[in-house]
Amino acid sequence: MEIVRRHDGGEGPLLPILHDLQAAFGSVPEPAIRFLAEALNITRAEVHGVVSFYHDFRREPAGRHVLKLCRAEACQSVEGEAFARRVLDRFGLDWGSTTPDGRLTIEATYCLGLCASAPSAMLDGEPMARLNDESIDEIAREVSR
Amino acid sequence: MTTRLFVSRDAAARAVGADKVAAALREEAGRRGIEIDIVRTGSRGLFWLEPMVEAETPDGRIAFGPVAARDVPGLLAGGLPIGTGHPLCLGRPEDIPFLKRQTRLTFARCGIVDPLSFADWRAHGGGRGLDRARSLGPAKTLEEVTRSGLRGRGGAGFPTGIKWQTVADASADRKYIVCNADEGDSGTFADRMLLEGDPFALIEGMAIAGFAVGAAKGFVYIRSEYPDAIRTFGHAVRLAEAGGLLGPGAGLDIEVRVGAGAYVCGEETALLESIEGRRGQVRAKPPLPAHRGLFGRPTVVNNLVSLATVPWILAEGAEAYADFGMGRSRGTMPIQLAGNIRHGGLFEAAFGVTLGELVDEIGGGTRSGRPVRAVQVGGPLGAYFPRALFDTPFDYEAFTTREGLIGHGGVVVFDDTVDMARQARFAMAFCAIESCGKCTPCRIGSTRGVETIDKIIRGERTAANLELVEDLCQTMKFGSLCALGGFTPYPVMSAIRHFPEDFVRPPVSAAAE
Repeated sequence: MEIVRRHDGGEGPLLPILHDLQAAFGSVPEPAIRFLAEALNITRAEVHGVVSFYHDFRREPAGRHVLKLCRAEACQSVEGEAFARRVLDRFGLDWGSTTPDGRLTIEATYCLGLCASAPSAMLDGEPMARLNDESIDEIAREVSR
Repeated sequence: MTTRLFVSRDAAARAVGADKVAAALREEAGRRGIEIDIVRTGSRGLFWLEPMVEAETPDGRIAFGPVAARDVPGLLAGGLPIGTGHPLCLGRPEDIPFLKRQTRLTFARCGIVDPLSFADWRAHGGGRGLDRARSLGPAKTLEEVTRSGLRGRGGAGFPTGIKWQTVADASADRKYIVCNADEGDSGTFADRMLLEGDPFALIEGMAIAGFAVGAAKGFVYIRSEYPDAIRTFGHAVRLAEAGGLLGPGAGLDIEVRVGAGAYVCGEETALLESIEGRRGQVRAKPPLPAHRGLFGRPTVVNNLVSLATVPWILAEGAEAYADFGMGRSRGTMPIQLAGNIRHGGLFEAAFGVTLGELVDEIGGGTRSGRPVRAVQVGGPLGAYFPRALFDTPFDYEAFTTREGLIGHGGVVVFDDTVDMARQARFAMAFCAIESCGKCTPCRIGSTRGVETIDKIIRGERTAANLELVEDLCQTMKFGSLCALGGFTPYPVMSAIRHFPEDFVRPPVSAAAE
């Protein structure tokens, strides 16, 4: 409610509102769709269409830590796929899944703009590059905190 | 006396420990009673040397790198100035060949100034372009941009001046300037570097654009994968408002919009849809955004690099800019060397430098030390070039002639371990993941493309399936609404054409026996 009011009068406010909602609640939950449709005077289908279109918006909250591993070409060129596989195996995860204790979610991303220092990743919004097997230990330490 | 030390705050420097180095410097200096002032700059773009530390001396700055936090005590052991005999000493940054060979116009201040210091920006020539534009008036400003020969740096290469003229000539109750900073191409980071290293350059460019076409509102659409850039640029906008560069007195307001992980929003009409709060689906053109763009109003949609180059053009004059370059590609291009490359980073140079010079001489070959086999230029929709085409000069037309594109200037290097059939498959798979779904050739074609290339990889009816892929690529190229489906054939067909040996594979069952 408060979030919607903050964007009142803005031009094309739906994306900023969804970003803020997700920042506050960890996802865009189902009830929010009905609420937003009424508040912005658009159909529920339109809101649903937007939420489902963009890769960023989650229907369920992610784990406490989110690791985004780059799978784009620059990272592929330095064996990023093999590295990513080792990271996934280390935590027993597959793309987009979360550890049973809710500690870590690993997601694919397509380019973080760190392409001269590949392979790269982002852990809870913090950039990491020139990754190697030592970095996996570092990630494990960060995540276990 | 306080000595200024410079450490980059660019995400690519932070990603390899620049924050830890800055903290270690502060701590070590405190322990030794050395007075230092750490300035967090953008990056010079020499990423293999990051984290780089520059120290101010009476003879200019001296650089050290790559510095790890554990190197810091040794670095400060002899007090200041740090001896140039230190093993990490790189000398004057301007003398490092990678930087010395560049022509830095758009990125002149990047890595040098504090990106969030309005005074620093001013002291390094910031604001001169806007001042000159105001003294020339809107019509003459437009003329300067047209005469400079500046073309869209997002890849389409459309003349910026003509686009602006179209918007200026349109009559409407309001107009918009939209900066496309949805830099999704792998191998590119120029937009990110500028947002983090010299954000006022973009703000000034947008102010000039607004002045020239009569727009009072600007949007900067930054992808969500760039949290550092979003933070720094947002801060810069507030500083610019306080400094009178933006806001009611200045004639332009800027709003930052954050993308949500959709590559296709880098396409200009999808980007407009996204700002308006809809699915990032491509619009059919016409109408052009210059006639009916954001909220149906005449809109300038420019790539970030195009807009950030305008202040230099206005400050130094159209001729000075047009003096650089070759053919119809005038000025400079910030080329980004990435992937499996020894010296990766941002290389701004006049158009005309060849691919071979870039990869072998400037980039120093592969990081792995193995031979270079393929180079993808222009992002995921760009063609793969073999060594045989390394004489291709960096120029819009030269790349088109060779069935490629320069795109946003990204160059991704692969060594001889690359499997080009896999790369072709990835191009189709990426298109399938990112397709907005509006047109059939892109939405369905990409998925069928993945399936067909999978058959080729399994060695099934290779010749027939290659023919099918080629046919599919023709359909995608000519039948898609935008560059996502329309250009995916570039990486696919170039891989097939230049590396045919990777597509002739033994049938899987036979190989398993």
